[in-house]
Amino acid sequence: MPPELVDRADEAAAVAGLDALDTPTVNRTPWWRRLGGSVVPPIVALVLIVVVWQVVWASAVLPEYQLPSPGAVWASFLQIVENGSIWSILWTSISRAFVGFLVALVIATPLGLLVAKVPVVRSAIGPLLSGLQSLPSVAWVPAAVLWFGLTDATIYFVVLLGSVPSIATGLVAGIDQIPPVLPRVGRVLGARGLASARHILLPAALPGYLAGCKQGWAFSWRSLMAAEIIAAGPALGVGLGAYLKNGSDFNDIAGVFSAVLLILVVGIGIELLVFRPIERRVLRARGLALT
Amino acid sequence: MTVQMDQVRRVRAGGTAVELTGVGKTFGSGTAAVTALRGIDLHVQHGEFVCLLGASGCGKSTLLNLLAGLDSATTGTVGVSATRPSFMFQEAALLPWLTSARNVELPLQLAGLSRVARRERAAELLDLVRLSGLGDKRPHELSGGMRQRVSLARALAAATSVESGTPGLLLMDEPFAALDAITRDVLQGELLRVWEATGTTVVFVTHDVREAVRLAQRVVLLSSRPGTVVREWSVAEHGPELHEEITGRLRQVITSHAA
Repeated sequence: MPPELVDRADEAAAVAGLDALDTPTVNRTPWWRRLGGSVVPPIVALVLIVVVWQVVWASAVLPEYQLPSPGAVWASFLQIVENGSIWSILWTSISRAFVGFLVALVIATPLGLLVAKVPVVRSAIGPLLSGLQSLPSVAWVPAAVLWFGLTDATIYFVVLLGSVPSIATGLVAGIDQIPPVLPRVGRVLGARGLASARHILLPAALPGYLAGCKQGWAFSWRSLMAAEIIAAGPALGVGLGAYLKNGSDFNDIAGVFSAVLLILVVGIGIELLVFRPIERRVLRARGLALT
Repeated sequence: MTVQMDQVRRVRAGGTAVELTGVGKTFGSGTAAVTALRGIDLHVQHGEFVCLLGASGCGKSTLLNLLAGLDSATTGTVGVSATRPSFMFQEAALLPWLTSARNVELPLQLAGLSRVARRERAAELLDLVRLSGLGDKRPHELSGGMRQRVSLARALAAATSVESGTPGLLLMDEPFAALDAITRDVLQGELLRVWEATGTTVVFVTHDVREAVRLAQRVVLLSSRPGTVVREWSVAEHGPELHEEITGRLRQVITSHAA
């Protein structure tokens, strides 16, 4: 073999060897162990809470009309399942929350882009956005009732004021945290204007945007419950909030507990079934761990 | 020196890739103005490998930004034959949400190539940088050296996407400075191999004399604050003593700033 060819083969081998040595090793925990680690502890905690609850109830430190037994709450829950009203209650609230959340997305996304990319807009309404985030959106219910009466418009108004600021702020934070080299890369690769937003800006801001969406969902769910509790009327139907209010009005503590638990379960369920898998996919694709 | 200039002119007949005449760049204005570059004359012909060498503050990066069209010169003219030179940064700067193949495809996609054509071209380029079969990996699954090679493949894709057929112009801003010594050594060899294979024009910025002498056909030494061309050497015409000669001049340039 002529020396040059030997050299070339050597080089190739050196590159291959270096790659083999330097490639980061990725440890993937098997799915059953991950599931065991993430499912078993919360179930144990739940069981413990129910046990403590049962013990406190059995000790009778609180009168029955203030603290129901777990069994009574379960019976109250079974009652709405058996008479079928649970589906309409859940559907009323969840559909409202989703419609509200989607409208919030449509409003907050361009708003966030404007605030992040246009300095005048940022200095004008940036502080307002973060201010609105700390203002509980329930505070808008009285005004909304005066403006829109006891209609769906009141509910959506409150939900939007709860979730839009969170989503927009998340997007702004996501864009602010883009490493400055990425937009430069976009420019030297020929991405300008819209192409740059589509190929560089939005995907790079996606983790922050998702975090904002998650918070926006939580806020919209919270605001919805508050609005449903305060603004109850025949035109509004019976959602989870109204169901809770009914329980309180009729001194039905078991009904109140079952409503609170349902609200909790829906909130956690949407987070676990919708947002967690999306976030996990996005972060894992980038080599970032989900905390 | 005259011999050298004649030679440069002769080869330049083959086509000029880069032509800078009296280029100056000043940032700010009034008393706060900082002159980064002054009176830079630089000619690079097609297919040439030129290293710009200098200490901190010599305006190397500013010069590359001018060539890449990321910034415009205050005085003088900047002529670049490639419509869009491609750029390689000190960090690989891969888009972390795309696989390495999709990273290489991105400039082709932005240039409007069809999906099939850009897939094929990306596979070809990954092959060239010895990463065949690793197109599905995400940047975080690759080592630093591998990432920088994906970045090289992407830069080559960008360089050749616009004017198909012409080899393009590759601007490199200390691309190996953040790598460990062994990887840097291997990648320098790889870059030379890829350069020979593609015939791309390379303008390579570095502060490492050894790297400059190993890679370049021509080394251009820049002074600092403001950056001007101090001297240039054609590597082939000099023996192994060139390294010391350049280092000596670089030292002179640096010590002149001691006062």
